Amino acid sequence: MTAATAAPKSGSKSKSKRARPGQASPKLAYLPIIFLAFAIGIPLLIIVVYSFLEKPSQGTGVKWVFTTENYQALFIQQKLDGTTALDTRYLKVLWTSFSYSLITTIVTLVLSIPVAMWIATRDARKRTLLVALVTLPFWISILIRTYGMRQIIADEGPIGKFLGLFNIEWSILYSPPATILGLIYVFLPFMILPIYASAERFDFRLAEAAYDLGAKKLTVVRRIVLPAIRPGVISGIALVFIPALGSFLQSDMLGGGKTNMVANVIANNFGQARNWPFGSALAVLLIMLTLLFVLVIQGISQRRGDKVELV
Amino acid sequence: MSEKYLEIRNIVKVYPTPEGGEVRALDDVSLDIAAGEFFILLGPSGCGKTTLLRSIAGLEYPDSGEIILLGDRIDDKPPYERPVNTVFQSYALFPHMTVGENIAFGLEMEKIEKDEVAKRVVEALEQVKLSGYENRLPSQLSGGQQQRVALARALAKKPKVLLLDEPLSALDLKLRRGMQVELKRLQRETGITFVFVTHDQEEAMSMGDRIAVFSQGKIVQLDSPVNVYRRPINAYVADFIGETNLIEGTIVAGGIELPGGNLLPISQLADDSFIPESGQVTVAIRPEDLVLASDGLISGTVRDVIFTGDSVRVHVTVGDIEVIASLASYGTSIPAQGSQVALNPEHRAARTVAS
Repeated sequence: MTAATAAPKSGSKSKSKRARPGQASPKLAYLPIIFLAFAIGIPLLIIVVYSFLEKPSQGTGVKWVFTTENYQALFIQQKLDGTTALDTRYLKVLWTSFSYSLITTIVTLVLSIPVAMWIATRDARKRTLLVALVTLPFWISILIRTYGMRQIIADEGPIGKFLGLFNIEWSILYSPPATILGLIYVFLPFMILPIYASAERFDFRLAEAAYDLGAKKLTVVRRIVLPAIRPGVISGIALVFIPALGSFLQSDMLGGGKTNMVANVIANNFGQARNWPFGSALAVLLIMLTLLFVLVIQGISQRRGDKVELV
Repeated sequence: MSEKYLEIRNIVKVYPTPEGGEVRALDDVSLDIAAGEFFILLGPSGCGKTTLLRSIAGLEYPDSGEIILLGDRIDDKPPYERPVNTVFQSYALFPHMTVGENIAFGLEMEKIEKDEVAKRVVEALEQVKLSGYENRLPSQLSGGQQQRVALARALAKKPKVLLLDEPLSALDLKLRRGMQVELKRLQRETGITFVFVTHDQEEAMSMGDRIAVFSQGKIVQLDSPVNVYRRPINAYVADFIGETNLIEGTIVAGGIELPGGNLLPISQLADDSFIPESGQVTVAIRPEDLVLASDGLISGTVRDVIFTGDSVRVHVTVGDIEVIASLASYGTSIPAQGSQVALNPEHRAARTVAS
């Protein structure tokens, strides 16, 4: 001890402050954090500010006059005679988005669990290959994939032609089912991958132990396997539901613009309708609802003691 | 022994190897296990002992052969229809369930009433001396405690046969010794038939009523611990169980000629040693059966002297081989390194073994 305290201090840093080997310096994180802060924070700030401004009488953009009218307009309709009434149009659009996203989440979840479990039980070489195949769609632009989807499900597409041989009418394109199909197609990998990540870590000896204790297959899945992959399931739900809620490409290209999701309405207000403030208000509402969903998910996973971090 | 409890009949299990060949994990294995017996399957890793245990549990299906428990064929039944339970090497406790829930799981599968389940959970924890641990998670327990929970979980089911797959291998030596005594006591008190897999011969001898020594998918010797140790059937068993000097010798007039020109008279060998008319034989002598003697039959040069506390191990070079003698560390004059010594096999414990 005496020798240590008597030893001259080398450099200005004390030993305890020096980074331990294997510890990343926080400095490395500064640049990406600054980049993300600008790229996310500034647009978000603009949207929030715009949502409280007036629409100019002519052209696009905003008039720098404070108003809460945009938010009122989300729910309340001003009639020509000056009276007001509840406006359910935007609530309906929100409900459409919510229900499509919910269906997409449920369908991808039901499809992904068996797929993820199956991949997780293959040998290491096959697993790598299968995971690569699941990520294959990411190699192609979502726009091109959705376009391809449109060709496939078109009335005169391969499915339509095949069913035509049996005189079965096939007309799905430009309808809500086509939109949902497109959403499921695009988001399926985002559900499979996190569930697979959990399933891969699953110790299959636990399943053996459950069988040994008298459990049948369904009980083993329900009481042993599903709880073990729950963190992956929660991540998957978040990764599918949240972006699905804000997606507009599918309803635009496959739904034919007839079935608007909330993002289509937002895009329309920034485009043809030229009402940036109202579009901003709707965007803020969507962000709030998404945030609420994230908090609910996190609340559930924390109560369960799962290691899922979303915020 | 006359009553047939668990019968293993001609079990064969063949695995393909990655190279395209095949391994006979179990090669026509037959044995009978009596009710209330502590039966040991002993052998090095890959000898088939675990495959046999898993076949009894229903976690593997043998290619051919029969497994009969109390007159019922169980080898084609799924694990949940077999009245046997397993304590796994990895413990395999369900990490998301508490200790109590882990133990209750198997009982719930039997549709036992809630009150009865709770009672049996408490009972099982008492048996393994973990009362009051119901609400802990497995991750909050030490390895030894997890091991006890795994044991309690299987015992709570009151199985006809309890299968234990190297359950003590992850514990340190002291804990392992303690658990060996406790397992033996638990087995006696519950009267449940234990089938215990291990590669540790000391563990096998300290607990087993009978030991089946496996090698390459076959049972080499099935006997009591004393007989397996004292009367090994061949050099493999002699070498695997405990420590043995295996010395190659040649039959000559009046005895066996050992390396270094030493002659071991037939009269020094165990009564039931098989002595061929002529040719090569292998003589097995335990280190503790060798004593220093002025008129010793086996003479050589001391190469190493190792003090281990309870004994002194003397490595003696005899001709072109090395013989190890284990001497009591008290009351013996310890020879110096490099000195000439003579060793005598005592109690006629030396024997010839098939190689």
